[in-house]
Amino acid sequence: MRRIQDRLGSVGIHAILLSWTLLALFPLALIVVNSFKTRKAIFGDPLGLPTGKALSLKGYESVMTNSDFPMFFGNSLIVTCVSLFFILLFGAMAAHAVSEYRFKGNTFISIYLILGIMVPIRLGTVALLNLIVDMGLANTLTALILVYTAQGLPIAIFIFTEFLRSVSREIKDSARIDGLSEYRIFFEVVIPLVRPVIATVAVFSMIPIWNDLWFPLILSPGEETRTVTLGVQQFIGQYTVQWGSVLAALSVAILPVLIMYVIFSRQLIRGITSGAVKG
Amino acid sequence: MTQAASTSTPPRARRRWYILVFLAPATLIYTVFAIYPIFESLRLSLYTAQENQPVFVGLANYAKLLGEPYWADQFWNAFKNNIQLFLLHMLIQNPIALALAALLSIPTLKGAATYRTIFFLPTLLSVVVVGFIWQLILSPLWGVTPDAMKALGIGNLFRPWLGLESSALVTVTLISIWQYVGIPLMLFYAALLNVPEETIEAARIDGLNGWWIFWKVKLPLILPTLGLVAILTYIGNFTASFDIIYSLQGGMAGPNFSTDVMGTFLFRSFFGFQAQLGDEYMGATVASALFFIILVGVGCYLFGVQRRLQRYDS
Repeated sequence: MRRIQDRLGSVGIHAILLSWTLLALFPLALIVVNSFKTRKAIFGDPLGLPTGKALSLKGYESVMTNSDFPMFFGNSLIVTCVSLFFILLFGAMAAHAVSEYRFKGNTFISIYLILGIMVPIRLGTVALLNLIVDMGLANTLTALILVYTAQGLPIAIFIFTEFLRSVSREIKDSARIDGLSEYRIFFEVVIPLVRPVIATVAVFSMIPIWNDLWFPLILSPGEETRTVTLGVQQFIGQYTVQWGSVLAALSVAILPVLIMYVIFSRQLIRGITSGAVKG
Repeated sequence: MTQAASTSTPPRARRRWYILVFLAPATLIYTVFAIYPIFESLRLSLYTAQENQPVFVGLANYAKLLGEPYWADQFWNAFKNNIQLFLLHMLIQNPIALALAALLSIPTLKGAATYRTIFFLPTLLSVVVVGFIWQLILSPLWGVTPDAMKALGIGNLFRPWLGLESSALVTVTLISIWQYVGIPLMLFYAALLNVPEETIEAARIDGLNGWWIFWKVKLPLILPTLGLVAILTYIGNFTASFDIIYSLQGGMAGPNFSTDVMGTFLFRSFFGFQAQLGDEYMGATVASALFFIILVGVGCYLFGVQRRLQRYDS
């Protein structure tokens, strides 16, 4: 009797989880599937698969030829990767300094550096734009990289510091006895040590950068420096009638993220749930 | 700072420069591009432009923001919408996230890894992409939703929800929930996995079933995460909500400003729209007002919620 009850419970649980799975995937699948179809098939049979006469790659052709999507991708990739590199390197350096050494002002600087978690950098947009213009960096990818690095550092420093404080000092101290300089200790001992939380920090920093609309729109809206997010936004604004192109543009924006996610999801989710972020 | 430390320990003065080297890059970039702009914006909110020269006007901009009907109407409308957005996320998104996380954390559940991978997927996508996907799906032109509703026999209930003043904000909120449920879900999930096995076992020996173990044992233990989720929802709602509103409804947050939030209001006051010229000083004033609103929230969290929750924690 109890086993039957358990089984019913488990069926119920899977029914709930499967419903949300469906809800999460259906909209995405609908867009990707229809992006491969002719205009007639998109409207006539939205739920049909792109087979036979319904198959059409026109949307993709027009996205790839009439727009600068490959360039937008390059821009997003550069901005995200370079910002991420600086966030991880500078964040680990600062976290190492505050967690390893005792010096006057340590508490102050630790709190100062993580204040940004609670106070979004967007609130300084007006002055930030003036600053970027004064520095001659308007409409450059450099502007975005600097702003995203500043935006990502607090959470990175917070996670790295929490982690480094929990690591025993013995390894570092024995390296010191071996006569390694403090710089070599950082690069040869601390960097390998923080590897487990790098995934966590990377995820927390990367998603908001790749998907951001606010700063590209304000700091670098120019054609040459557009990111994918802004590119899609503007492209769709112009081509609302050409459904094939719109659906293809959306798919082009989804697919790389999807592929990356399928490859890295395991590390990614382990990173998020690793307990580095506690209430 | 290092120098201050050095003077107290003169023999080590030269050796401790590395602390400065480690701290300098992060501190410099963060100060110049995050902290300085926020304080500079606060300062700019006390000025106005007269013949292209900044003139100090004290709190006049704030008086204008809250006193002149043109500004005050927009401000309070955006504020009211933000509060509604926040409450809907707290009442819908976070309970869904908690329920899904609770189910996922059942130790005997098969396929948990696949489920959580899929549940987090929409969160990774750009808000712009998600916005357009739902705009197409809900569009009367394409007919996916009206057809589906017709098949269920409720076809006459279909409305262009995003285009109606009465339903636009709720629809946008539901889309945002669809996308962002993954973040609280993961935070709850991580917290639930950290509940010690012995505690659960002890409750089971006391004769509690799964349902009661969740309410009586696990939930009190993950209350700190609940507080964290609440404050993250609050901050995100006041700043990040710009992205979804701007991509779904445009800078005018239509129809008729019914989906206007502080983010879109800030954008319009700074850059202007239609006949209204942009005003950087009013932009700074709106941003500063937002700064104080967030400060109040964070203050409540740090001094109230956090402190009370820590007692459960220990």
